[in-house]
Amino acid sequence: MSLWEYANPVKFMRMADRILPVLWPLSAILLVGGLIWGFFFTPDDFRQGSSVKIIYLHVPSALMAINGWLMMLVASLIWIIRRHHVSALAARAAAPVGATMTVIALATGALWGQPMWGTWWVWDPRLTSFLILFLFYLGYMALWVAIENDDTAADLTSILCLVGSVFALLSRYAVNLWNQGLHQGATFSVDAETNIAPVFWYPALAAMGGFILLFVALVLLRTQTEIRLRRARALFAREVVE
Amino acid sequence: MPDLGKYAFYVLSAYGVSLVCLAALIWGSFRRAAKARAQLAEIEARTKHG
Repeated sequence: MSLWEYANPVKFMRMADRILPVLWPLSAILLVGGLIWGFFFTPDDFRQGSSVKIIYLHVPSALMAINGWLMMLVASLIWIIRRHHVSALAARAAAPVGATMTVIALATGALWGQPMWGTWWVWDPRLTSFLILFLFYLGYMALWVAIENDDTAADLTSILCLVGSVFALLSRYAVNLWNQGLHQGATFSVDAETNIAPVFWYPALAAMGGFILLFVALVLLRTQTEIRLRRARALFAREVVE
Repeated sequence: MPDLGKYAFYVLSAYGVSLVCLAALIWGSFRRAAKARAQLAEIEARTKHG
């Protein structure tokens, strides 16, 4: 079995139909469980007080905002190199999901920043590159809608995706590259010495797992929708010609 | 309900905004999926019988 099998829309639809009934409950359990655990059953931070509870939303959504774009990058590259329609449609399907994650990360960041930094927003490298990433998401979605021919739209949005990837990576590594601004470095680490305390880490891990699975489930569902709409357009076009 | 103290507004707003965004995204995705399914079924039925 090869991954390229799923470039076939029929096989992709069948695979998604099999996976989705498992993914939905699993993502719901992890997401709701992680958020309830974090909100109700974790202590306040000694410095940040109860505002630390925002971490269970802010970090997972920021994670998916950046990785959502990187998933779109991989799908776009597959389209550019191998011309598989499903990959172009998967990239298109992921954009609204990634954009929503970016909105959540920006909103929760502002709501966390105000009590901790004394400001809702600051033009710091990480925040600015994140805002630009959000604008790229909007531009990407607008470009898909603006171009009538699906293949041309896939070509142009793939190029836009390549350019936007710079900001996706910048928003991840801006703190390390510039070492300035208000945003701190990575909160989570595989090194137990520098990682946050387990009491915060485990519910955050569950919430991140929930966000990842929800992202995958939504992208699969939305890709199925894009495949159906594309087939409907093709049938309609054939009907008009005949 | 935990005592959120002076940060209650910020924490509750963060959860409120996020849950509304996620609910809208999930609802919108299912709605669009249902519409696409119906649209394809209709056009397939038409082309089969037409």
